[in-house]
Amino acid sequence: MELLASSIAILYRWDVAAALLAGSIGGVVIGAIPGVGAAVAIAILLPATFSMDPIVGLTVLLGVYGSSMYGGAIPAVLINTPGTAVNALTTYDGYPMAKRDSPRRALSLAYSASFFGGIFSVVCLVLLSQVLALIAPHFGSREIFLAALLGLVLVVLAHRGRIVSAGMMACLGIFIHTIGLEPVRYTRRYTFDQSWLVSGIDLIVVVLGLFALSQAFLLLVEPDTRARVDRVSGGIFQGLRELLKFKRVATVSSSFGVSMGMIPGVGEFTAQFLSYTYAQKTSRTPERFGKGSPEGLIASEAANNAVPGAAMIPLLALGIPGEALTAMMLSVFYVHNVIPGPQLFANQLDFVVALYIALLLLNIIVLVFLMFSTNGILRIIRIPSRFLGVMILTLGFVGVYSLRNSITDCALAAGFGIFGLILKRLDLPIVPIILGMVLGGIMEVKLRSAMARVQTPLDFIERPVSAIIFTMIVLVIGWHIASTARARRIRSRGD
Amino acid sequence: MVKHLLKRDRHPGDLVFAACFLLLSLFLLSRLGHETSWVGGTAWYAQPMLWPALSLAGMTVFALLNVCGAVVSDRREGRGREMLLWCRSIEYACWFMLYVWIVPLMGYLPTTVIFAASLALRTGYRDRTTISAAVLVGIAIVVVFKGVLEVKIPAGQVYEHLPGGLRNFMIQYM
Repeated sequence: MELLASSIAILYRWDVAAALLAGSIGGVVIGAIPGVGAAVAIAILLPATFSMDPIVGLTVLLGVYGSSMYGGAIPAVLINTPGTAVNALTTYDGYPMAKRDSPRRALSLAYSASFFGGIFSVVCLVLLSQVLALIAPHFGSREIFLAALLGLVLVVLAHRGRIVSAGMMACLGIFIHTIGLEPVRYTRRYTFDQSWLVSGIDLIVVVLGLFALSQAFLLLVEPDTRARVDRVSGGIFQGLRELLKFKRVATVSSSFGVSMGMIPGVGEFTAQFLSYTYAQKTSRTPERFGKGSPEGLIASEAANNAVPGAAMIPLLALGIPGEALTAMMLSVFYVHNVIPGPQLFANQLDFVVALYIALLLLNIIVLVFLMFSTNGILRIIRIPSRFLGVMILTLGFVGVYSLRNSITDCALAAGFGIFGLILKRLDLPIVPIILGMVLGGIMEVKLRSAMARVQTPLDFIERPVSAIIFTMIVLVIGWHIASTARARRIRSRGD
Repeated sequence: MVKHLLKRDRHPGDLVFAACFLLLSLFLLSRLGHETSWVGGTAWYAQPMLWPALSLAGMTVFALLNVCGAVVSDRREGRGREMLLWCRSIEYACWFMLYVWIVPLMGYLPTTVIFAASLALRTGYRDRTTISAAVLVGIAIVVVFKGVLEVKIPAGQVYEHLPGGLRNFMIQYM
């Protein structure tokens, strides 16, 4: 109770309330615009949050992260185009339902399922916080090194069908991190005698280039498109009642979201896929999936909205981001000298719980906002794509230049923007570059401090937690090799 | 068997990108001895060379597999068109850099308004509504980021020539 009161006190400020409102409403609007997405918005906002208090800055970013998927369901349901990539499965049943029954029913059900998933994940996390506080102190340098390695392995293996390119990009990310002055011996690494490379390449410059500028360039060079959307009429509240008929699907899907969200590198896509498959297999009407099934829509939306809260677990407990958005948030922690990891749970549990309460509140704000303003958001969806490109490029400048007023940073970001455009056109993964940069840095530091305390490499896994993580790495790789071999056998039989 | 494992969906321009990435990886790997150092009397795990070496070795191996994957996969037409599209993005990167260079001279507000309106014109919008919207977006961005959030963007040199009160206001908020 004392912990809860202390956490509420952290949030009980006008600037936190403003951040919560701006982040959650802004996130819905951004999520609703196909071609923008939370990653672009967070990348642009990141430097602006550095001058804010950690709780204010993180609340804005959490707001955008947690609410963008609500907004992403709107174009997925109405125009068969997901607002954010993770709403792709929502189109399977949302769009047919909107066509067959009414857009109001589909949107209402999508909002309600998202709300259920969001609240479910926050409740799980609040309950898990105490357990994490007990487990976190068992994570020393070697455990964090192995956890980062596990995260990297999972990020690469999660890109099914693109593992080679994901591995290539993860290694590129690690390499980019190493450029500049090495922090212990102060020797130069890959600076090519250029003074501007000595301080290294900033993560935010890379993030802004790969996510924001590349998206702007892509929208500007591709043909102009403008979505046509009709107004939605009628009340939006009935979805909450309908959701209760499918509470089993909603609960299991949210559980998939929480468990997948906690594992670094896995995230929304796997959670959605598992929950959709589960819902279809256990449904009395599996033939309706893909044709406007309410269970399919609930499975997709509940699962993806349960992920943001859960993705904060590895970040807060171990300081290891599981995907690009939490990797960006990590830099906000570092700027304010709040180091996420075991010590955060041991010493600042009220701060962690305050973040969870903020997540809870943002879900409520978003639901209320959407119930009354869906038609207003539809106007934003109609913005032509090239005009969006102009807006993102203009906003991209604020993100890069405000970092340290460096023209070199801007040139680098523009270079990464072109590189990101090529990657997007070729359907190559971008996220492993960011995670490679972040996790590579963690692994370098932690390996150095861990190895100084062990006699032989085998000592590295003598402690229970490190042994468990090491076993997980071996099992994940082994399972992947076995499943690839199985798939190959099936394919060759088919040929 | 290896062909089955490496075969993938190949986009136009895939092989060009894969080959360039492999060449870059090989070039960087060949510079390992010059661009990093091996410090005597230091354990292997603390060597400055360790992580660049590991990452570049990984990059090269994966890039090699990626080239092999591109070669064994079915080719799709449109390589030239695709590469032209990549090159067209350079124009917008130049627009962006021009914007970056002009802001410290002309100031954030005027540059942003002109940039947004000109880029809207360049991308094919000719109607008054869209150009006005671009101007309004430019003003809104400056007001929110510089005026409200107070992000660090230097004042334009032209602001120095403005009369007293307006000069201070523009330097601080615009």
